[in-house]
Order: sequence, then structure tokens, then C-alpha cells
Amino acid sequence: MSAVSARRRFRLAPYLLALPGIVWLAVFFVVPIVMTLSVSLQTGDVERGFQFTWHFANYSDAMGRYHVQFVRSLFYGLTVTGATFVLGYPMAYWIAFHGGRRKSFYLFLLLLPFFVSFVIRTVAWQFILSDNGILLGPLKDLHLLPSNFHVLATSLAVIGGLTYNFLPFMVLPLFVSLERIDPELVEAANDLYASRVRAFLRVVFPLSIPGVFAGVLLTFVPAAADYVSASILGGTRTTMIGNVIQTLYLTNNDYPLASALSFILMAVLIVGVMVYARVLGTERVYEVAGG
Amino acid sequence: MTTTAAQRPVGQPAARERAGPGPRRRGQSRLIARLLGAFTWFMIFYLTAPILVMIAFGFNDTHSRVNLRWQGFTFKWYGKLFDIPDLSQALRNSLLIALFTTIISTVLGTMMGLALGRYRFRGQGATDLLMFANIAAPELVLGASLLTLFISVQFQRGFLTILLAHVMFTIAYVAVTVRARLAGFDRTLEEAAQDLGADPWATFRKVTLPLIFPGILAGALLSFALSIDDFVITNFNSGQTQTFPIWVFGATRVGVPPQVNVMGTLIFLGGVTLAVIQVLAARRRKLD
Repeated sequence: MSAVSARRRFRLAPYLLALPGIVWLAVFFVVPIVMTLSVSLQTGDVERGFQFTWHFANYSDAMGRYHVQFVRSLFYGLTVTGATFVLGYPMAYWIAFHGGRRKSFYLFLLLLPFFVSFVIRTVAWQFILSDNGILLGPLKDLHLLPSNFHVLATSLAVIGGLTYNFLPFMVLPLFVSLERIDPELVEAANDLYASRVRAFLRVVFPLSIPGVFAGVLLTFVPAAADYVSASILGGTRTTMIGNVIQTLYLTNNDYPLASALSFILMAVLIVGVMVYARVLGTERVYEVAGG
Repeated sequence: MTTTAAQRPVGQPAARERAGPGPRRRGQSRLIARLLGAFTWFMIFYLTAPILVMIAFGFNDTHSRVNLRWQGFTFKWYGKLFDIPDLSQALRNSLLIALFTTIISTVLGTMMGLALGRYRFRGQGATDLLMFANIAAPELVLGASLLTLFISVQFQRGFLTILLAHVMFTIAYVAVTVRARLAGFDRTLEEAAQDLGADPWATFRKVTLPLIFPGILAGALLSFALSIDDFVITNFNSGQTQTFPIWVFGATRVGVPPQVNVMGTLIFLGGVTLAVIQVLAARRRKLD
């Protein structure tokens, strides 16, 4: 009798353990997303309330009004992903292959920014890049830059701020995949008369593809959906879709339009990620894992 | 690669290098390594530059809230740390929310991690997918949809809604960390304990818990760090309540006072100290 109940309890155990967390995620993550979908098809305003009317026009409305910011966000996201990749790969490579016993020390230095609030780091860049600040001020005094030169409120400032904030997210997965590569493989390639470039392109880079895949995902999605950098470092001509969604929700109280926009954003990012995984990711990942 | 080797006719000058890369080539690769090393150090400087600026301007002898030009060294802001009541309140809110979030998420996340790492059950794939979606979804979407929920049920936004939101986006991180720790878990240890007469709870406390503790600790630290630093999700669900990042963000329009630099510096030092202690403790455990 007790053995039976013990076994039953055993079978129930995973459900009892997982249930509270699942319920929390269901109520505060799944339900809200379903509600967002529902609100995105409603009409009305704050005073008179919102009715569900299958109002698909919210979607065309949203894209009609905000496609510029939308495209800009995707463009910034792609640029930031490219920049972090170009800057991050050499770092990850050097730490993985030449870091020696101090590898974890370099990684620690790389992670230092995470101990400072994201907002404060962005504020610090605003300060560094300010029109007559510690960087541009001296250059202007030396007449190396025209006195009306500015970086803040330009795309460069926003992309720079995002690149700064997401660089560690690119370097870490790259490092993990590069560190796993046996240096003897590279030596073998050299012994077989592969040139250094060739050894890199044919041996090292293909083996690091899983890291590239993870790094691109970790960078692109949050960068495209960010609005802190654009708010602090940008101007009116660098508004991203995140800024629009935030304003629509918190200032205009236009919930249907805001919901439609965030749903489009989520859908585009998810579809993008899935296509990317199909075309570039999983097959290569499997190939690498299998070979 | 085999084809490239075969394409090269045997006996060509390259054959001299058979014993390994020649001296010129080795010198060249050393140069490349040097350049890459210099580049990495430069990038590390780039990554730490804003932190140095933050720390330095906490010592700036400025006379107003505007803290833009260097006006001499002072310790006075450390004495006036809590002179801005709203800012102090925001910091207190952040610390309290991070603390409560850590407690709730660590308990619920550890349970989830145990369920996923130790058992096979129906719905496991769906639970995995739920967690993956939660981690992968942009913060903006998480925050905005949660706001939709609170508006629809007319729930007053404030401290409580921030806490609910923070637990929502940190549980999965704890679960993943704990599950990773369970990956190489030897189930026979638990069976041995039970054979020796330990009841399930005693088995858990005396055998399972100590083994997965590093995973739990890492998950707890991660959720504390994520919670105290969160801006986007909090901004959607905070109502009139302010947290530290929200206050700083609001202050960017009128000038960020030096107290923010000081608080940032102290949080930075606290975090780094904790991390170093944890690394050293882990190293000692490994040595033992």
C-alpha cells in the first residue's frame, strides 16, 4: 500500500515540482501575450473602453505609420550584430588560443560591464560623447573637428551604444565554441600545407559556427528591440520601434496600436530567427556536432 | 583539406617545411598573435571606459546636479550619498525587489530545474519550449504584454507588479542553471541514501541539495543581477513606483547627480567582490 502510494508520489513529483513555475510563467508570460494579440484587434479609446472587433486595420495602420522606425530598428539590429561580430571574433580568438592560463581573467574583464547598470553605462557614453565633452572637447580645441561636430543624436551614437552594450553577448559564445577546438587540428592543417588563412577558413571558422549562431541570436534580438540607447544617445531621427511602442503604451494609451506593433515586432523577430536557424544555423550545427 | 595537400606536387619547395612551419612563418604568426592581443586589450579598455568615467565622476567636486566637467577631487558625495530622498527610495525599492525576486525565483526555478533535470514526464518538451520562449523573447514584448494584462484586469501598478514581472523573467534562468548542474548527476547516490533508510526529504536535504547547490547559488546570483539592473520590463509595469534604473533614466533629462555615480560605484564593487569570492571558493572546492 505504502509502496504504491510512494510510487505514485514519485510519478507525481516532477509535476508538483514544475507546476508553480509553469503557472507563474503561464499567468504572467503566456496569458499576456495572448491578450496582446486580442487587444491588437480591438477598437476604442481609454475613456470609452476597448471592444474586440477583429480590427485588422490596426496592423496596416501600425505599419503605415511606423514602418520607418521599424525598418530602422532592423537595420540598427543588423549593423550592431555585424559590428559586434567583427570586433568580437578577434578577441574571442585571441583569448581562446593565446589566453593561456589567464583565460578566465580576460573573461572576467570582459564581464565587468555587467556589474554596472545598463542605464548608467549608457549615461556614461552620453557623457563621453557629449558635444564639448572629454572626447570631442579636446579634439575641437585642437581644431581637428569642426566646432559644430556632434555624435550624440546621430545613428552613429545609437549604434555605438548598442554595440558597446551587446559586445560581451557576442564574445562569450564565440569564445566557448573556439575554446573547444583542439589546437592540434590547426597544426594538422598546417602540416598538410594549408596556408594560415586557409586553415582558419576551412578548420577554425566552421568549428566555431555554433558560437556564431548563438552570438548572433543573443545580439540581434535584444538590439533590434532596444530603446534605452536610442532614448539616451539618440535624437528625433534615430527613434527605434521600441521607443514608439513605449510611447504608444505609456503616453498615448493607444493600446490596440501598441499591441499590434509589439506583435509585429515579435513575429518578425521569431520568423527571422527561425529562417536564420534553418538556412545557416541548425544544419551547420548538426553538421559540426555530427562530424 | 586532403585534396589541397594532394594538389601540391610532392617535391616542391614547400616540402622543406615538412618538419613544421618555418622560422619566417612562425615569426609571422607571433606577430599576428601580438596584434590580436593588443586589439583585445584595446577592446577591454573600451569596455571598461564608461565604468572608469562613472567611478571618477563620483569624486568630482561639482557644485550642482550637473556633473559634466571635472572640477577637482572630493569625497563629499560619499557623505551625501542619501541626500536625494527619491533616489534613496528608488535604490531601496531596487534592492528589496531584487531580494524578493531572488528568493521566489530561486525556489520556483530550482523546483523546475529539478523536475526537468531528474525526471522524464509528459509535457517536458512543452515546458522546455515555454522556458526557451521566455528567455528568447525581447524584453520589450515581455514588458508590454504584461502591462496589457495589468491594464485589462485593472490591477494597480507599483511595487507588487514589478516583483511579479521580475520573477516572471528570472525563473527560467534559475531553472536552466540548476538543470545544467544536474546533467552529470549520479542517481545511484540518492538510491543509496534511500536504501540506508533516509526518507525522500532527508535524501534531498543531505544528498541532492549539496550536490546541486553551486547551480542554485549561480541561479540566485543571476536573478539578483538581472532584477536589480532591469529597466525595460520595469518601466512598463512600475506605475508611480521608481527603481534605481528608472530614476537614473528619468534624471538624464535634467542631469544625473554625482550620487548616482557613487551608488553605481558601490554596486559595482559589491558585485565584483561577490564574484571574486565565488570564483575563489569554487577554486578551493576543486582543489579539495
